[in-house]
Amino acid sequence: MTEGEPLIRWDWIASHLDEFAFRLGEHVELTVIAVGVGFVIAFALSLLILRAPRTEGPITAVTGTMYTIPSLALFALLIPYTGLTVVTAEIGLVSYTLLILVRNIVRGIRGVPADVREAAVGMGYAPREVLWRIELPLALAVIIAGVRLATISTIGLVTVTSLIGQGGFGFLILIGIQRFFTTELIAGAVLSVALAILADALLVLLQRRLTPWARAA
Amino acid sequence: MTLLGDVARWFADPAHYQGSDAVQTRVLEHLEVSGLAVLVGVLLALPVGLYLGHTGRFGFIAVNVANVGRAIPSLAAIALAIPIAGTLLGAANGLGFWPTFLALIPLAIPPVLTNAYVAVRGVDGDVTEAARGMGLGEAGILRRIELPLALPLILAGIRTAAVNVVATATLGALVAFGGLGRYIVDGLALQEYDRLFAGALLVALLAIAVEVAFGTFERAAVSPGIRVQQGAL
Repeated sequence: MTEGEPLIRWDWIASHLDEFAFRLGEHVELTVIAVGVGFVIAFALSLLILRAPRTEGPITAVTGTMYTIPSLALFALLIPYTGLTVVTAEIGLVSYTLLILVRNIVRGIRGVPADVREAAVGMGYAPREVLWRIELPLALAVIIAGVRLATISTIGLVTVTSLIGQGGFGFLILIGIQRFFTTELIAGAVLSVALAILADALLVLLQRRLTPWARAA
Repeated sequence: MTLLGDVARWFADPAHYQGSDAVQTRVLEHLEVSGLAVLVGVLLALPVGLYLGHTGRFGFIAVNVANVGRAIPSLAAIALAIPIAGTLLGAANGLGFWPTFLALIPLAIPPVLTNAYVAVRGVDGDVTEAARGMGLGEAGILRRIELPLALPLILAGIRTAAVNVVATATLGALVAFGGLGRYIVDGLALQEYDRLFAGALLVALLAIAVEVAFGTFERAAVSPGIRVQQGAL
């Protein structure tokens, strides 16, 4: 921090709105790809766990270990192979979503009352229909809770990818640190937190829309 | 695989175990700042969580603290700690240990606070009622009934906090702190992939070791009779 420099220079902020918009796009893109790809993989893993419960232990161990490895270390381990690329960032970001998403998808579907499932089977629903028309709608609240957690933590982790040349708002934080320029650093941090809060609010709205029957609770 | 050979040579090189950039020095720095941050975080969060859980009041605070904590990106926490440390402790302390330490404390608080609250709230009301009937005061109920029953979840919260903090302490290297992040940040800057990879391996192993160590401690510390399924956070 340079002496005599104000903590925030509003004129700098006003003159960099274009860059904020650009970084916002970058941040959202990295997040959406990570959560989207993470969800597809997590969904497949969850179905596997539900069909073959013996796979639950190994899958939880692997996704749990990935979750424990610090993000910067994981990116660093990938760099020799995939370089300073979006691919490196996305492999890391996706792997952090898996534990949360698998846990919530499995928990959500297992939480569907057995009576309901039996009634559906009794009414002649095929297994595939039971999954798509009975279990998933009823599990939706728990699943979306997992998507919210995954999204918030991904938005935070995206800032770390600035160290490997990606980063969205994280780029502002990193440049701010390197130049001792508090305005840029605070702008990046505040925008990233604001994006996380906004994304969470949007997902809550989505959940209300998709599960109108749960609104009473 | 030439990279793995380079990394093995890096670990075998005696020069990496001498001076201020020695592996053991970096590990100790890493553990020191993490340990202090978790300790302060627990001292701040545990009493509040226990009290809120015991009285059952302000539950929304306990839960929202955790959500806000999750929304703050670790890089942002480290970055924001620079001006905070600079303002509180003078510009000379705006880099290095202090901003890293200050940034890690808030990361340790949410899981400890939330788990302590949830754990004490979850103690069976009949049990506390019986204790009260037997003449135990509020402090006695908290200390002798609720605390032991809540212990597994509380320890799980501290474990989550410790793993988060050890992971994030890596980023301290960006604000001129030492620790194992030094190897990653310097390895990136100098494009020395053996150093980068070795540092990343050390950080990953340290995080997993902390997780395993706390898990073992939890199993040893908690009486088998009250062992419950874990994973609130």
